[in-house]
Amino acid sequence: MAWTRNVLRVNLTKGSITTEPLNMQWANDYLGQRGLATKYLVEETEPTVDALSPENKMIMTTGPLTGTMVSTAGRYSVVTKSPLTGAIACSNSGGYFGNEMKNAGWDMVILEGKSPKPVYLYIENDKAELIPADDLWGKSAWETDEQIHAKHQDPLVRIAVVGRAAEKGCLFSAIVNDLHRAAGRSGVGTVMASKNLKAVAIRGTLGVGGISDPTKFFQASQDGKKVLAENAVTGEGLPALGTQVLMNVINEVGALPTRNHREVQFEGASKISGEAMLEVRESDGKANLTTNGACFGCTIACQRISTVDKDHFSVKDKPQYHGNSGGLEFENAWSLGSDCGVDDLDAITAANFLCNEDAVDPISLGATIAAAMELFEEGAITVKDTGGMELKFGSAEALLWATEVTVRGEGFGKEIGQGSKRLCEKYGRPELSMTVKGQEFPAYDPRGIQGIGLAYATSNRGACHLRGYTVASEILGIPEKTDPLATDGKPGLVKAFQDATCVVDSAGICAFTTFAWSLEDIAPQIDAACEGDWSVERCLVVGERIWTMERDYNLAAGLTGKDDTLPKRLLKDVAKTGPAEGRANDLHKMLPEYYEVRGWTTDGVPTDETRSRLGL
Amino acid sequence: MEITLKLYAGLSQYLPENAVKHATKLDVSDAETAFSILEKFSVPKESAHLVLLNGVYLDSNQREHSTFSEGDILAVWPPVAGG
Repeated sequence: MAWTRNVLRVNLTKGSITTEPLNMQWANDYLGQRGLATKYLVEETEPTVDALSPENKMIMTTGPLTGTMVSTAGRYSVVTKSPLTGAIACSNSGGYFGNEMKNAGWDMVILEGKSPKPVYLYIENDKAELIPADDLWGKSAWETDEQIHAKHQDPLVRIAVVGRAAEKGCLFSAIVNDLHRAAGRSGVGTVMASKNLKAVAIRGTLGVGGISDPTKFFQASQDGKKVLAENAVTGEGLPALGTQVLMNVINEVGALPTRNHREVQFEGASKISGEAMLEVRESDGKANLTTNGACFGCTIACQRISTVDKDHFSVKDKPQYHGNSGGLEFENAWSLGSDCGVDDLDAITAANFLCNEDAVDPISLGATIAAAMELFEEGAITVKDTGGMELKFGSAEALLWATEVTVRGEGFGKEIGQGSKRLCEKYGRPELSMTVKGQEFPAYDPRGIQGIGLAYATSNRGACHLRGYTVASEILGIPEKTDPLATDGKPGLVKAFQDATCVVDSAGICAFTTFAWSLEDIAPQIDAACEGDWSVERCLVVGERIWTMERDYNLAAGLTGKDDTLPKRLLKDVAKTGPAEGRANDLHKMLPEYYEVRGWTTDGVPTDETRSRLGL
Repeated sequence: MEITLKLYAGLSQYLPENAVKHATKLDVSDAETAFSILEKFSVPKESAHLVLLNGVYLDSNQREHSTFSEGDILAVWPPVAGG
């Protein structure tokens, strides 16, 4: 057992804190983290619940490998119902918070109800208390982190916190932990703030024990680290350039969404790429990238630590942004950069700092600003709406302004904070929202990468690349190269990626290990840590079970197969340049077969036979 | 004919000094292939993981045999990934 077998339950309405044993039958069926917490949510809440009501629950959860010596095993997830999509939300984060939670002795913390006043939850091993947070309400995530650290006088307290955006109702608010890491997507921070819960601070010193077969586990985890070290991607590429190495790749293949997906290639891509982050700035003689960094137990170290030129307009006379801080990942550089048509690396980096400072999902933020820019250029939004700002594509000033007002929940920022779908509907142009199930797209255009279009359309949490990253195969050749413009074989590919990702997200490890690890590498590590036989075959069944359970939750919440679609722009408006020139996404050729390989009806509903086969 | 060679990430070190933004213009003959060009610039074959001609992936056979047209862009990366 690598599980602690302990659950902390916090009822914020009553102010009560209780403990209970982990349901081990469910752990055997759903492994941990994403799968296991979703099972708890399914059993304890109604899928039709208002996501921002006290009746919704929010679960912070680790996996059985979290806190162990397996590489990257510091992950935790936040599982709840999303206020952005109305679907299941599961946001995963690295840093040190997950490890600390496991070391304090908890597999998961279930947060229910709503506190009558702002509070934060402080956990020190087996002791937990709710502490008044009136003085923290209205503070940024960074200020809150600093004040809680000062209060407890322990730098090793790990803190997950919401910022001002969440307090003001921004629907894509994140939960930031360790200042720069985030459970970013689907508005999990908005749910946390709706419960008047400002932060969860944890100190854990118990260690993580209970490994089923320590000798086997030591060998399996060492074998895994060797594979990561010897792989060119995880051993060299990611530490050197981070995920930002993809900026030029995706632009060259003609799949870099630009100016709200109007185009698929960005003329300024090289200026905001991973390579550009290494170049010395003429203005101050420093490079954007200071160094790389790593989350707990990670032997890849893809984090970016960056600076902005202190004389750049975005941070001039704002010394709080002059030091090293969390730098750009590819997704953020894309959403704040090419999707908004902005090629100013300093400006994009500064906007990313603001997202971390107030805990906002930069993907949804950038994509919603891009939609707002198109609405502005189309005349649907005017300076009367913005209060004077000309929201034009390519304007770094407009990007910074829109970011600031959104993360602080001020003025027009409150409208951006409702997300692209609601914003475009309000201004009468719903077709300009680049979303699936209400969640904004990540950085890959489905016209140039057909399979990722199917993955977006069927993702259980709305548009998301991390629910089935077929880009690995279609573009990067991992584990095998497939043609990005072909649709044949993509339904099976999408299902395979989706199911395997469920296992990774439920184990406590990082998805980036899968650039080197297959389930053949992962299953032996789970098997050695956990009691029972965790073969590759069992892992695949568990993965499919988790995916189907999430699907059933969404169907019960009111979503249907009709929600498995893409915006008209991607289905009808063909790419104008690049290898995909003349192509739209051919979702209609893939979706029926996808339902078939999943064992679902033609309407996208799991059949009784499928549910029975999976034990659902 | 003139083509553009782009070498990214760890392969940038193999570009000539006059390269701008990871790219250099080349005059190539009708017989040149992706592999022959990479060899000229001392790029190890095993490091050329992602080889794109005008954005389209070349498999190992195409890298050895496909020739170029005027204005082509050959872009090459070592093994890379992100998310």
